[in-house]
Parts: sequence; C-alpha cells; structure tokens
Amino acid sequence: MTVNLVLVIAIGVTFACGVTLLLERSLTRIVVGTLLIGNAVNLIFIVASGAPGRAPIVDESDPSPMSDPLPQAMVLTAIVITLGVAAFLLAMAYRSWQLQGHDEVQDDMEDRLIMRLAELDEASQSYEDDIGGEPDEEGADTEEVER
Amino acid sequence: MLLLLLAHLVAAALAPALVRAVDRYAFLLLALVPGASFVWLLFKGPEVTGPDATTLTETYEWVPTIGLEIGLRLDTLSWTLALLVTGVGALVLFYCTWYFRSYDPALWRFSGTFTAFAGSMLGLVLSRDVLLLYVFWELTTVFSYILVGHNPERVANRRAAMTALMVTTFGGLAMLVGFIMLGQDADSYRIDDIMALSPTGAATATAIALVLVGALSKSALVPFHFWLPGAMAAPTPVSAYLHAAAMVKAGVFLVAVLAPAFADVALWRPTLLILGVLTMVIGGLRALSQHDVKLLLAYGTVSQLGFLVAVVGLGTRAAALAGIAMVVAHALFKAALFMVVGIVDHSAHTRDLRKLSRLRPAMPWLFGFTVLAAASMAGIPPMLGFLAKESVYAAFVDVVATGDGTGIGPVAGAVVLAGLVLGSLLTMAYTLRFVWGVFGDKPGVDQPADLVPVPAGFATPTALLATASLVLAFFGSSLTEIWAGYDHQFPEGDHHAELALWHGFSPALGLSLVAVLGGILLFAWQQRRSLVPTAPWMPSAEKAYEAVMRNTDRLAVEVTGRTQRGSLPFYLGSILVVVLVVPGSALVLNRTWTGDVVWFDSASQAVVATLLCVAAVLTVRSRRRLKAVLLAGVAGYSTAMLFLLHGAPDLALTQVLVETVTLVVFVLVLRRMAPYFSDRPLTRARWLRVGIGALSGLFASAVSLAAAGVRIGDPISEAFAEGAVEYGGGHNIVNVTLVDIRAWDTMGELSVLVVAATGVASLIFLITGRGGVQSPTTTLPEGQSTGRWLRAGRTLDPERRSIVFEIVTRLIFHTVILFSVWLIFAGHNGPGGGFAGGLMAGLALMVRYLAGGRYELDLAVPVDAGRVLGLGLSVATASALAPLLFGGQVLQSAIVKFHLFAIGDIKLVTSLFFDIGVYLVVFGLMLDVLRSLGGGIDTDIETGDDDPELPGSYTDPEVQALTGDAR
Repeated sequence: MTVNLVLVIAIGVTFACGVTLLLERSLTRIVVGTLLIGNAVNLIFIVASGAPGRAPIVDESDPSPMSDPLPQAMVLTAIVITLGVAAFLLAMAYRSWQLQGHDEVQDDMEDRLIMRLAELDEASQSYEDDIGGEPDEEGADTEEVER
Repeated sequence: MLLLLLAHLVAAALAPALVRAVDRYAFLLLALVPGASFVWLLFKGPEVTGPDATTLTETYEWVPTIGLEIGLRLDTLSWTLALLVTGVGALVLFYCTWYFRSYDPALWRFSGTFTAFAGSMLGLVLSRDVLLLYVFWELTTVFSYILVGHNPERVANRRAAMTALMVTTFGGLAMLVGFIMLGQDADSYRIDDIMALSPTGAATATAIALVLVGALSKSALVPFHFWLPGAMAAPTPVSAYLHAAAMVKAGVFLVAVLAPAFADVALWRPTLLILGVLTMVIGGLRALSQHDVKLLLAYGTVSQLGFLVAVVGLGTRAAALAGIAMVVAHALFKAALFMVVGIVDHSAHTRDLRKLSRLRPAMPWLFGFTVLAAASMAGIPPMLGFLAKESVYAAFVDVVATGDGTGIGPVAGAVVLAGLVLGSLLTMAYTLRFVWGVFGDKPGVDQPADLVPVPAGFATPTALLATASLVLAFFGSSLTEIWAGYDHQFPEGDHHAELALWHGFSPALGLSLVAVLGGILLFAWQQRRSLVPTAPWMPSAEKAYEAVMRNTDRLAVEVTGRTQRGSLPFYLGSILVVVLVVPGSALVLNRTWTGDVVWFDSASQAVVATLLCVAAVLTVRSRRRLKAVLLAGVAGYSTAMLFLLHGAPDLALTQVLVETVTLVVFVLVLRRMAPYFSDRPLTRARWLRVGIGALSGLFASAVSLAAAGVRIGDPISEAFAEGAVEYGGGHNIVNVTLVDIRAWDTMGELSVLVVAATGVASLIFLITGRGGVQSPTTTLPEGQSTGRWLRAGRTLDPERRSIVFEIVTRLIFHTVILFSVWLIFAGHNGPGGGFAGGLMAGLALMVRYLAGGRYELDLAVPVDAGRVLGLGLSVATASALAPLLFGGQVLQSAIVKFHLFAIGDIKLVTSLFFDIGVYLVVFGLMLDVLRSLGGGIDTDIETGDDDPELPGSYTDPEVQALTGDAR
C-alpha cells in the first residue's frame, strides 16, 4: 500500500524528541517526553491503518472509501490513558518538588548501597558470617557477648 | 490412611488456639493424634506384616494431567516406620508438656509446626507416589527449618536453620529430578510400579544416583553431615524426634524402599557402603570430642546414620532384616537419650559434661533408664541394639565369606566389616562418655546448685522407650516373622537370618565382643590421658559449603551492583538500546517495508506535519518549563489535525480535548515549580541521550514503514460497518467498536483511569482512604459573602479575580454541560461519545474552577470524586452484566424501539448505558485531577506546606553522600 512519507518523518522526529526527553532526570521533561512519544506511536497506528478516507461513519449515500475504524478505536483509548498517566506523573512531580525542592528522579539509595558493597568486595547485608557462637535453643547473641 | 494425615493437619491448625486456651497442656491433647494413629496402625499390623503380607493402598486423584495423585500405601516397611513416627511423635509431644515453661510466647507457633512436621513425616512414609513423597519430603524440610530456627535471636541458630534448609533442599531437588527420570522411564510415578519394573541402564543409574543424593543429604551422611549437629539449635524435643524417628530417617527409609529393586545398580553399593562407613567413623570420633552432651548425641546420630545406610543399602535378606531392626532400635534409644538430655538440662541448667556431677542420687530412676537406652546404643545384651547389631555382623560376615549375592569381593567386604566394627567400638566409647558425662562423679565438681526435681510425667516417655528397647529384644522370633514382609523381597541368603539374643558362638558374637571391649578400653584410655581426639584430616565439607554460600552471595552483590544501578535514565536507556539492537536488527534484516511511497496526501498535511516536527524539536531545546509544555501542546494539536486529515474525527476531537486538559493541568502543577529546568552540564551524557533518541526515532519511522508494508490482507474491520449498524445500532463505527465490539478493552481502560485518578488523589492528599481532606465543602469560608456571578467568586484574591471571566463562566457552564451530555447520545451516530463527553464536562468544570477557585469547584460538584469514579465503573459493569439476565452474553447490546407519547418513536441501544459509565469515569478523573492538582495545591500554598526539609528526603546529609553525585 502507499505510504505517506511526511507522516513517517514526523513520527521519527517526534519519537526521537520524546525519547531524548524521556532520558532526562526532570520529571516534567519525562512527562512531556511521554506525551510526545504517545503522539508518535498513535501516528504509527494511523500510518499502519492504511490509506486515508472519509470518517468511519456509515453512510449509504457516500460510496467513497472509509478510513479503518479499528486502529482509531485503539488510539482513542490510548489518548485518554495518556491523560491519566500524565496526570499521575505530574502529581508525582509535584510531590517530589514538595518533598525535595526539585522534581528530579534520584538514583535509588538501596541500589547505591549495593553498588558500594560490590566495590568493596563485600557480601550482602543479610549474609551472616560464622561469627556468633554456638547454636543454642535459648538466649540471644547480646547475652553471649555480655558473658 | 488419608484420615490420619488429615487429623495431623487439623491438629496442627488447631494447635495455636489450643495453646492459647490451655497453654502447655495443649501438648497432651495434641499427643492424642499421633497416639491414636499409632493404635490404628497396630491393629493393621497383622494384615501388612509377616511372610504373606499384603500392601494396603488408597488412591485419590490430585493433578491427573501430570499423573500426580494422592496415593498412599502401607506395607511392612512403611508400617514399621509409621509406628515409629507416630509412637515417638506421641511420646515427644507428651514430653513437651513438661519441657516448656508456662506462657512461653513462642509456644503457639512451635506446637503447630511440630504437629505439622509429624504429619509430614507420616505422609512421607505412607506415600505411594514418588511426587507426593517429594512434597512431604520438602514439607519436613521446611518445618524442620522453622523448628531449628525456633530461637532466631542467635546468629548461630539462624545459620544452623539455613544450613539445614539449604543442604536438604539441594538434595531434595536432585532427588526430584531423579524421581522424574524414574517416573518417565516407568511411565508411572507409583513406587510399586517403578519397583516392579526396576528398569536398568545408564539413565536409571543416573536417576538412582540423584535420588541417593537426596537420601544422603537428608540422612546427614558425609559430605552432607555438617547440618545435623547444627540442628540441635532446635528445642530438645525436636532433636529427640528429628534424630530418632523423623527427618534423618527419611533418607534411610528411601534407601530401604528402593534397595530391593535397585541395590544392583552400578553406583549403589560402593556409594552407600563407603560413605556409610566413613560417616560412622567420623561421627564417632567427633562425638568423642564433645563436651556438650547434646552435641555428643548429635554426632552419635551422624555416626549411627552412616551405619544404618550402609546396612540397609547392602541389599541382602539378612542385612535387610538387621537394618530394619537397627532402625527401630536406634529410634527407641536415641529418642530416650535426647529426652534424658532435656530433663537433665532443665534440672541442672547445663549440658556441659564437665559441670554435671553427682546426679545419680538425685535421679536414680532416670539413671537406670539411661543405662538401658545407652546399652542398646552400644550393642550390649540383652538389648534390642545388641540383637540388631549382631545380625548386621552376621550379614556382613556372609558377604566376606561368599559375597552373599552382592558381588562384593572378600577384601572389600572385610574392609567394610572392619569399618563397621571400628564404628561400633567408637559407639561403645562415646556411649560410655555420655553416661559418664551425665551421671558420672567428676572429682572436684559438686552437684549442680538448685537442682530441680524431675516430675514423673517428664521422665515417663524415656522410661517407656528404654523399656521397649529391653523388652523387644526378647521377641526376636516374632520380629523376624513380622519383618518377613520386608526382607522377603530379597532372595534367601547364605544363612537363614533370624533375630535372636543367642545364636551360639559365632563370628558375629566375637565381633560384638571386640567392639564392646575395645570401646571400654578406648574410653578408659581417653579418661586417663584426658584426650580429646580430633577427626582425621579431611577436606571440610562445612568449609566448602560456607565458601559456596559466600561466593553465591558475593556474585549476587556484584551482578546486582552492576545491573541494578538504581538510575532511571540508565534503565530506560538499557531498554531502548535493547529495542534498537534486537527488534531493530530484525527490522533491518526482514525488509518488509514498502517501496510504494508518496511524499504527502495533501498540502495541508505537509504543513501540519512540519509544524509537529518543529514543535517537537523546540520542546527538547526549551529550558523553560512552561515553554516546553506549551510547545508539547502545539505538537499535540498538530497530531489532532493529522488525525482529522486522515479521516478520524473522533480521534481529533478527543485529542484536542485531552490536549487542552493536559495543558491546564500542567500549568496548575508548574505554578509551584521553578520556571527553568536545572542545568545539566554533562554534555557527553546529553549527546548520548540525543543519540539514543535519534536512533529510536529512526526505529519508529522504520516500524511505521514496515507495518504499512505488511498490510496486505483485508482488515478485520471491514465487517465492522455492517455489524455496527445491525447489532450495535449505531453508525459511528469507532464509537460502536468502543462500547460494543471491543468493549472489553474499554472496560480495562476504565479501570486504569480509576487507578490513575486514585493515585493522583493519594499523592496529593497523602491519604489511603477516600473522604477526609478532599471531601467537598459546600459552605464558604467564614466572612466570605456570596459573589454576584459565581457564588464563591469572592473567596479569590481580588488580583486573581476577573469579572469578565466569571460572567462568561456563568453564561456558558450549563450549556457546555448539556453539550457534553448530548455528545454521549450523538456519539453513536456521529463524532462524540462518552470519552469526548466526559472530557467536555471536565473542561466546563475546569473553567468554573479557574474562574471561582476551589470553593466554586466544590459548589459545582458537591460530591467526592471517588464516588463519581465508582458510580461510573458500576454503571459500566452493570450494563455489561445486564444482558446475562436476559439470556445474552456479557456486553451484548440490544436495540429497543418504543413509542413515547408526545416525543415520538425512540430507538434505544443498551450500549448507551455503557457509554454513560465511560462518561462518568472520565468526568470523575477530571474532577479528581482538578481537586488534587488544583484545589489540593491551592490549600498547600495557603497553609505554606511546601517545606522541602522533610525527614527522609534527599536533603538528608547522610543520604546526600550516597546520591548527591548521581543527580
């Protein structure tokens, strides 16, 4: 089938811009990136849905070909979901700003701790060495130390 | 038999409640369950034992597709083991009544776990299906893990429990693989089927080797022996049960079950005999060097298990009879001796044999029973232990002489026999050390202070077990008769095996004498030199285990440290790179893209597409937040135009509405943030981002080309047009698709929207339930008079008020709401529908909020957003389910035509109600977002609740040290 190059290029540019923003740390930019990517993906559906036509509304009097309605139904739900996701991410950005004074996604603290352990060539925190005396059904380690 | 298992299960479930009701006396009641099972089994004895024994079976379907069934069987061997499991179990539970203190806070957990452990062990010995056996096998592992870790406050205890779990689970998994290989080979997972077929060959040898790994790890044979001494971290009753009748006996039981069919498999005898003898000797030597009498017994068990496995695994009729007798003897004396340790420990408050002294006068009876049990352990007549041990010698003497059908040469046989005698000699020595250690008088050591008298009930189980060790020895011929049901699976050997106290002067008697006298000499020698022998040097299995565990942990840390960087851009970048590399190369290799291209369909399309590209690029380049958002809005409106030009008015309408809503929401949130994005000085990282972005863009273009290129068949939606009119009752195919043809998708989407809305509200109001802070208030704050155009207009700061805006709002609000409702009805035949209608109504609310503030919003919709969302979802669900009432399918729609007076003919499609649900959910989302990001943030501004110095935030200096450089 015939492909419309202008749309293909627009998809590429919008997607590229969206991904570039998505890789940022500022949540606002990430949300904007998500919106751009959403637009690009919706346009991919449109390109893949075939040739343009009149609106997919049944009208016996008009014999000209209709555009494909199924991808449109899918894209319609996608648009509304993007709104929900954007609102949620924005609420997160606001919360982050409220707590930390900025809206940047920080590195995870626990993961950083594990990276540090890896650098020091140490075992995980839950690993228990053979220190700690003999097994016994009663008493605790603190007691052992006091003795 | 299933009833016995269920009884244990029920008892385990009730145990915590019983403990709460009657405290430690609950054990008396719990003991009734294994006790009753014991009696039931006794009555079944005549059927399943003797030379012409029958096997009782019960089979219930469980998972027929993988051939898994609850198959139970009772033959001589499992009957014997089941008697031990239930009998010793009942006595140990009885013993627990005195062992534990009143009001022990961990007792409720212990009681349930222990009963379940006993039930699992019973299930294990009664299993007919190897997969079921495996399930019970692992259940005993898990319960023993909990029991060994009874007191988790010590590191050593936690380690001991973990070691027991790891070692036995490792063996269990190997065993499972072996079972599956055997089962696939025999085409049945029933033990009797597998045994009857007794397949041979390399696959069987491998399978059996794997099964033996399981058995050896469970029975703590070298090189898995190290977990058992650590398991004494469990309370002493558990040790008494675990060492005598349960857990470790599972391995011995498995070897005994399989021996009749598989003893001739290549690796069987060398493995079991060598490891068995080695374990017996090492365990004995270690036992001799212990000061803790409980640990002494634990190593004694290791030694005895080696002995048992070697005997049971030999695979001759004489050895089988001797082995089963030895299993029973061991269970009786080992349980009794562990109970003695528990009693002494409670009475004297120590288990160190250097501190125990002069106990005999205080507990003469206990001493007597200890001597009985110990004599059985050492193999001294007239005890059951002696009876069994002498039969073992006789069986191995046959092997040395002729091989007795095992194919073992005289030299190898002699070495094994010598090892067993050496082991027995050590057993004699550590038995003496035990008795001397507990009851001997040590020079210079006084009777422990505050010795507690022993209650009669506490010592009763010991007395019963020790007496049984004595009495059973006099019923050798009856026992021989009973166990014929097991040993007759082996061919008759060189001599007719018979259990008896007196066989005349035989080589076996001589060997018994050597072991006993040698043991006495060794003990005397050790006493005089006060020598603590060390086990001969050997690669320490425990060290190896620790190294494996530590290295696994280290590996996990390294892998996690390398892959789980905790950085969102890193994760997203990795995902995108994988997308580029894998599906990207697939795209390049399968050139399905079409060559049939045109530049554009219409000039306006080219212009709009260019606008979209420019807006997108400028969005990336903008450093002002608001500018970026506005440019993204331009990109969104351009997309809407492209939709329209393609022939998708519904999409265009929805996109325009969503874009408008998004813009306003952005502005509502951004008003609280810094106007500029923070600087990102790292240019290299930026170029990397741009690089990944550019490649992703190329990928997206290629995907659209390829997707269009493979569009060669007729689209499924060609049939939609007819169906939409005929069944859906509408002309707008997109809308009918949403509410009818693919309504399930819409249903899912509604749920997502409800979740998103709830998430937004939770993040802003920081509450988990609804109601409370964001409940609408329909009364204006005090001192505020009603505005002229909008009632709450005066609540706004005069600088923020715009009278013109208020007037316009007042004039258009109701019209817009009516229009939004009209969109629902119109949507079925033209552009519109629930989504567009809900968004339109939301925009009306937005205008009202912007003109009059959050009080005006509450006045406009005086209900909680959660209720609207819930109502919408309920309406949609109800309309989806309603057709069921009329015999239709979920989400089926019906077309109802009727005449309404004065209005005319009305055609009603039931999917309209579904669309109303959609409308309500979208409206609820809008209301929630406005109330949270609008009104909620307003409240924060007014109360000044925007202090970033909150605890746990990243401004915490400690946290900053870790994450500061990552920003």
